[in-house]
Amino acid sequence: MTNMEKPARLDVEGLSLSFGGLKAISDVSFSVEPGSITALIGPNGAGKTSMFNCISGFYKPQQGAIRCDGKDVSRLHPPQRAKMGFARTFQNIALFRGMTVLDNIKLGRHAHMKTNLLQALTYFGPAAREEVELRAEVERDIIDFLEINHIRHMPVGALSYGLQKRVELARALAMKPRILLLDEPVAGMNREETEDMARFILDVKEEWGTTILMVEHDMGMVMDISDHVVVLNFGQVIASGLPHEVQQDPQVVAAYLGSGDPAALMKRLAGEAGMA
Amino acid sequence: MRIATANETYRADEALLQTNVQWAWIGVLVVAMVAAPFMLNNYWLYLACLVAINVASATGLNILTGYTGLVSLGQGAFMAVGAYTVAWLETHIGTPFILNLVAAGGTAALVGILVGLPSLRVKGLYLAIATIGASIILQFIFLNWDGVTGGSRGMNVAPASIFGVQLTTYFQLYWVLTPIAALMVLGAANLFRTRVGRAFIAIRDRDISAEVLGIPLLRYKLLSFAISSFYAGIAGGLWAYFFRSVGPESFTIGESIFYLAAVIVGGMGSILGAIIGATFMTLVPEVLRFGVEAISPYVDNAGTLLSPVRTVVFGALIILFLVFEPQGLAEIVQRIRRFFHLWPFRN
Repeated sequence: MTNMEKPARLDVEGLSLSFGGLKAISDVSFSVEPGSITALIGPNGAGKTSMFNCISGFYKPQQGAIRCDGKDVSRLHPPQRAKMGFARTFQNIALFRGMTVLDNIKLGRHAHMKTNLLQALTYFGPAAREEVELRAEVERDIIDFLEINHIRHMPVGALSYGLQKRVELARALAMKPRILLLDEPVAGMNREETEDMARFILDVKEEWGTTILMVEHDMGMVMDISDHVVVLNFGQVIASGLPHEVQQDPQVVAAYLGSGDPAALMKRLAGEAGMA
Repeated sequence: MRIATANETYRADEALLQTNVQWAWIGVLVVAMVAAPFMLNNYWLYLACLVAINVASATGLNILTGYTGLVSLGQGAFMAVGAYTVAWLETHIGTPFILNLVAAGGTAALVGILVGLPSLRVKGLYLAIATIGASIILQFIFLNWDGVTGGSRGMNVAPASIFGVQLTTYFQLYWVLTPIAALMVLGAANLFRTRVGRAFIAIRDRDISAEVLGIPLLRYKLLSFAISSFYAGIAGGLWAYFFRSVGPESFTIGESIFYLAAVIVGGMGSILGAIIGATFMTLVPEVLRFGVEAISPYVDNAGTLLSPVRTVVFGALIILFLVFEPQGLAEIVQRIRRFFHLWPFRN
């Protein structure tokens, strides 16, 4: 593997994000160990995707720090973070529909390429060399690896949902990732596609050694492949630890299934009514 | 029937032209273009030169509107900047032809960057209106900056001279305009084989995720404006050498609409599209004029009666294209290609 990058350590410290008066994330801290798979889970609206958007630079959190190997990146623009090795996929696929699979993947390398405008217009010397080198590397390390050889020249719009998700992973891998952010990598997939994707994610961890942080609702997959699980609810961390520990945590069970105690529920409702 | 292209190296697979058939077509085109000036009369040579200028400008606008998704109605104004730059340099400095053209492109690019500044905030129709606003301001400057632009009188342009030869006839101009236009088209085609072109397409398709993938939006949007208006500036400079005078009436908002229509009719986001679109838009009114002349013996006052009809037919053709072929003329060419690839089988 030629483009293996040193995996990064990610620390989120005391992060808070609010939209107007609505607190999406309040004082969240957790760490992602280098080379591990960490899953961020929680019910709908818990703030998982907001968290991802803070880490990749869409949102500017009001408080707290996001550290990559100890260096605070929370003030950097998204392209700068991309160059540092932050790569992500999106919950609702964000491929560029006007391009082929190959061009989508190549686009991922943008921040690491050097061709300037003049070289691009003439396609002379360095520009051609860089393109061909990238092509060879993408073919060898990514297209073969993710088994998408047969679709490389197809427009992405013509692909099935599962394959589009895989192309998105390919594009993220082309970004020379040191930390890979996967937003619901298997959402909407059937069992077979889910198993394929889980295998690819494990392979990325094993062969590329990349640090992986993922948001996922498929609990079976989360428990199977993650090394560490962080549970968010209403913008706060309610539990974190090894998969089987988190599974047993009463707060997590309550967050997912609701409290089993009717008396407690009545009390909470009464309290809320009193507040209003 | 063609099964596939068997390339042995990635370099060959990344080439602009993949098959021998494509090379053959380019060969036919080059031969036709070299032979054309010896076959055509002066009027058709005039049209051929005009097509070359329009192809250059439409290719530039295609980079901005077709590939980067930023709708601009300022292409005419950018061309005017180039044309005035050439006129001023010829009149006051007398610098060489090629240098003047590069200066025309450079000046237009600077103006383009300035006009492009709102593009980070506004898109689509709003950006189109902003570029119209910029065109109106530029028009005002051309009309009132008497010392530089000659005000409402405009400026005369000395004939271009290259290696001591003055280019005064359409025959001479053809040999300069066509290669320059061809080089500009080749540059645009190359652009979209590299990271710069991919970044433009990414911005068009999904600008927000493009940013997360490492593309600084403002820089690339302004770069697209700069390249597009550089093309417009050179096209405008060629225009000035071609018509030998520039005035505030030379480039109206109508010109900008003409180029936008050419890109849409030809096919947005396709190199071939801009070429076919600009050629089509330039030549169809002339072809229709021949139609009118052909029926004039049979219809009384055909000339006065039918020349407005010609304009209407031209407009209707554009509408029909938008409705029935929204991908443009380039898509028709692709369909014909596919047909012959699959022949004798039907898809």
